[in-house]
Amino acid sequence: MDTAFSPQDLAFREEVGAFFDSAYDDELRARLHNPDPAVFPAAIVEWQKRLFEQGWIAPAWPQEYGGTGWDATKCFIFETERATRGIRDVSPFGLKMVGPVIYTFGTQEQKDRFLPSVLNSDEWWCQGYSEPGSGSDLASLKTKAELDGDEYVVNGAKIWTSYAQFADWIFCLVRTSSEGKKQAGISFLLIDMNSPGIKINPIVSIDAHHSLNEVEFNNVRVPVANRIGEENKGWTYAKALLAHERTAIAGVADSKRGLAQIKEFASREVNAGVALISDPLFQKRLADIEIDLMALEFTELRVLASVASGGAPGAESSLLKIKGTEMQQAVQELMMDVAAYYQGVFPGELSDEEVGHDFGPMAFRNYMYGRAATIYGGSNEVQKNIIAKAVLGL
Amino acid sequence: MNFDFTEEQEMLRDSVARFIQDEYDFDTRRKIAASDAGFDRDKWNTFAQLGWLSIPFAEEYGGFGGSAADVMVVMEQLGKGLVLEPYLATVLLFGNIIQNGGSQAQKDEYLPKIIDGSCLGAFAYLERQSRYEMADVKTTAQSNEDGFTLNGEKVVVFNGANADHFVVSARTGGEQSDQQGISLFLVAADAEGVERANYRTMDGQVVANVLLNNVQVSQADVVGEPGAAFGLIEDIVMKANLGLAAEALGIMEQLNSKTVEYTRTREQFGVAIGSFQALQHRMVDTFMSYEQTKSLVYRAVCALSDEQEDAATAVHALKVMVDKAGKHIFAEAIQLHGGMGITDELDIGHFAKRLMMINTTFGNGDYHQAKFNALRYN
Repeated sequence: MDTAFSPQDLAFREEVGAFFDSAYDDELRARLHNPDPAVFPAAIVEWQKRLFEQGWIAPAWPQEYGGTGWDATKCFIFETERATRGIRDVSPFGLKMVGPVIYTFGTQEQKDRFLPSVLNSDEWWCQGYSEPGSGSDLASLKTKAELDGDEYVVNGAKIWTSYAQFADWIFCLVRTSSEGKKQAGISFLLIDMNSPGIKINPIVSIDAHHSLNEVEFNNVRVPVANRIGEENKGWTYAKALLAHERTAIAGVADSKRGLAQIKEFASREVNAGVALISDPLFQKRLADIEIDLMALEFTELRVLASVASGGAPGAESSLLKIKGTEMQQAVQELMMDVAAYYQGVFPGELSDEEVGHDFGPMAFRNYMYGRAATIYGGSNEVQKNIIAKAVLGL
Repeated sequence: MNFDFTEEQEMLRDSVARFIQDEYDFDTRRKIAASDAGFDRDKWNTFAQLGWLSIPFAEEYGGFGGSAADVMVVMEQLGKGLVLEPYLATVLLFGNIIQNGGSQAQKDEYLPKIIDGSCLGAFAYLERQSRYEMADVKTTAQSNEDGFTLNGEKVVVFNGANADHFVVSARTGGEQSDQQGISLFLVAADAEGVERANYRTMDGQVVANVLLNNVQVSQADVVGEPGAAFGLIEDIVMKANLGLAAEALGIMEQLNSKTVEYTRTREQFGVAIGSFQALQHRMVDTFMSYEQTKSLVYRAVCALSDEQEDAATAVHALKVMVDKAGKHIFAEAIQLHGGMGITDELDIGHFAKRLMMINTTFGNGDYHQAKFNALRYN
């Protein structure tokens, strides 16, 4: 048992840090954090292209498909160095979700067609899983795909689709059979967002931003060649994807960064001449979170190590998802309390200087949208059901 | 021992509840929140006509002569409708300061105008550095032959964008965090040297940072005892905290009942999700959080009405509970609504945001916990 970094790991950390420091410059950072939809999407693509050119866009992918071949330690170092600097993570839909499904289950033609543009970010993906009537009970989904010659005709609606308004492609779970178990009639389709019959209805979220959408499908024609794997086997592929997604959702490194920011802000906030960071009540709250996070960091390392030695993330990814999202929310809540009155200042209303505070609006946005983390990627309640069944055998 | 409302209080409660039901549905509230002013003058006039703006004021000024319990009754119902009109700022802060600390001339001048709805007020007590400490005042009031000259900046002034008059805390003596040396002044919003920067807060309010640049006020504009106004501030804020807690209680009730209703109708796995025992227990927990909050609201009302010695302790305890129960209840309400809970379209998130803002107003749970600890254990 040992988690010490080897000299090679330490050299790697230097290399990664140096790259981030030069490639993620202040000008790019400002554009990435600009909520204006005319600004940040292009900035995301620009940043991802810089990572692509460096060869680091998809650290966890197998080398033959454009991954790095790094071991779990190196992936951990990369992630930690990124989050420590407050660098925005890559958009997950192509790189962390559909990409792995395509290289694992796709045909050679699908790999050749889609993987390059996922890696170089020329095409933007979104996810079509949830439906208005199918949330926690995802397998009850009703969006229907009926075979007509060498095309499927798709009808139905998907919801909570992040950034559908920028997407070129959507990967969808659709119903191709209503016989047998509901999980057994689902197929996995890749659908061009420019297809006739697709309509996007924006959904404004609790933080007053528009990132979510409902996507309607009215007789949308999709070539059978865009189906992943076998018909009616989509649930198997989706489950594999969800395990990856949940492992990524834990966001331990980002929570650590949040905690570091809280410490910095709490040193500046002063109540009756006493810095908040020196207040024993505050220290107790901070320590409660930090201790849980120290544990979670090692839980994540244990999972990563087992994946690196050939295991696939299974029910452990549910544990990481539950605790990770709970910790994110705990960090966001404490940040709100540090911001005091300024937690309520609406982002973009006045400049930070005019308002007199520089992290209140950020705390607000993170906290409010952060409420979604225990809901998306399979609600935490469903994750508990998975653990109860798969781990406890209940 | 009696926890019943009087007949008069029941009428008052029903009158506010009916208004919310008939004239303040969520769509109306959304339109008001999106308007430039962030409140509706016609609704405010309705408040005046129905007598709600007169509740805490003495009968000699045209007031209702109401008690802490009467204020609680109104605020709880206003909370249920997420009402944006500036009842807290104008009536419970500005008005009560004038009533409790103002001169006869000030009461004669302002109280009738508050009651008839023609005067909107605000209390400018916060500064950039002050966080929750109301004695942390850097704004200065320099005495001169015409009265005082005010210089400084007040921030996050509730109703600051729309107020006709402010009560401003400023220092006439003492050091930055001293309770001694704080005075209160009436300042007209259109006085020379007053500049406002308005902005919105997450709960739909339009607040202001108010810059005071050589603002001249007269001796007659001093409210309360010069240099010794801090006790008045503490007293008013204690009562305002009770009003805020009652508002929070109304919000909590809405969140709980809407969540129970949603779980009755939302089906997953072929059944209503409310049939799952795991979720039932969670809704029972939020119900208990609500009941516990209600008990502390009543306890604080009784302590304040009887002028009990431990009134301050009761209010600190209440504010700690509002923080804890509020976060518990809205987090569960959002979670149990699933994706719908994080939309702007549904009212759930708006109730949550108002609870967050109530939490931070006049000190969050941690702040009041420290005050409670000091009173109880030191």
